[in-house]
Parts: sequence; structure tokens; C-alpha cells
Amino acid sequence: MEINIIQTASLISAGILVIAMALTFVRLAIGPSLPDRIVALDLISGLSIGMVITLVFYSGEVVFLDIAVFISLIVFIGTVAISKYLKRRFYDK
Amino acid sequence: MISDWIVGLLLIIGALFMLIAALGVLRFDDIYLRMHAATKAPSFGVLLMVVALILHFGGVWLTIEGVLIVLFIFITTPIGSHTIARTAHQMGIKQSKKTCIDELPREGAIKQSGKRKQQRT
Repeated sequence: MEINIIQTASLISAGILVIAMALTFVRLAIGPSLPDRIVALDLISGLSIGMVITLVFYSGEVVFLDIAVFISLIVFIGTVAISKYLKRRFYDK
Repeated sequence: MISDWIVGLLLIIGALFMLIAALGVLRFDDIYLRMHAATKAPSFGVLLMVVALILHFGGVWLTIEGVLIVLFIFITTPIGSHTIARTAHQMGIKQSKKTCIDELPREGAIKQSGKRKQQRT
């Protein structure tokens, strides 16, 4: 019986990434302060990039890699914008 | 066949680095320690995954895209974490009790006292 090594490895790594994302969502829910939640969102973006790469391995379609490029660009802008907003809000007080 | 094993191993090791990062974010005491866990390990995991991708598929365009992903992440992650850490420090979020030194003066403290705290030599 033939076992496709690449697809098996991508399924295993997808399982690991799902567990990691569940742990990060727990921190996102119970985080005591707002910057904790921003850190958790940042980590979720990294995990989703890993999931996209795993999807590329599983399906064999290289086109999906564009999603990873866009995620890695967009999330940085979101993180910096939220933290600048928080800083201004607490600085004016 | 051997290259398939190497690619699968790199993929699983990259996913394990991300699992370590999520575990650190869940378990550490402090926001600064959590940030230490949440910024370095996922970058390295993405690097390993992209190396596996380039080894498996090859091709010029895909190599350029993989290098672009790694470059963006390695440039933008330190800037984002620096901004979050500075914001958290200025919001007055306390450090863990095991952390014993804090050399950055808070800007609110500067405003109230009117002068910078005296620096230790």
C-alpha cells in the first residue's frame, strides 16, 4: 500500500497547528489586558500563514501561496495601528 | 523518496515550533515574556516551512515568493513587537515579580514630576 509522505506530513502538521491555535484562542479570551490580546492576534496571524503553507503542501496548488504574502503584509499594519491608537488614548488621559 | 522524508520532517518541525510559541503565550506570567515567546518562534517555524516548500516544489517564481514571505515576516515582526511592548509599558502594565530590572522611565512619570528620574550609574 502506497502512503503519500507529503500529504501525511501535512496532515500531521495541520493537526499540530490546530492545537496551537486553540491554545492561542484561550489566551485571546482570558487575556488580562488589551496588549495581551494584540500579542495573541499577532501569533494567530503567524499560525494562519503556517496553515496556508500546509494547505499548499496538501493540495499541490502553488497559487495559494499568495494568501500567505498578503497576510504577512496586512497584519503588521493592523498591529501597529492598534498599538499606536492605544498609546494615544492612554497618553491623552 | 529521501527528499520527501526531509520535506515532511521540516514541515512537522516548523509546526512544532509554532506549538511551542502557543504554549509559551498561554503559560508565561507576563506580557513581556509572552511577547518573547510569541515573536521569535513563529518566525523560525515559518522559515522552516518555506524552506520545505522551496525544496519540494522548486521553480523561480515560488522561490521569489517564499523569500518575500520570510523577508516580510523577519522585518515586520520586531517592529510590531517593539511597538506593542512600548505601548504596554506606557499603559502601566506591571512586570512579573521575578523580573528585577526596568530601565525605561515611564512618560507619565516624566510628565508628573517634571523631570527625568535620576539615572543610576
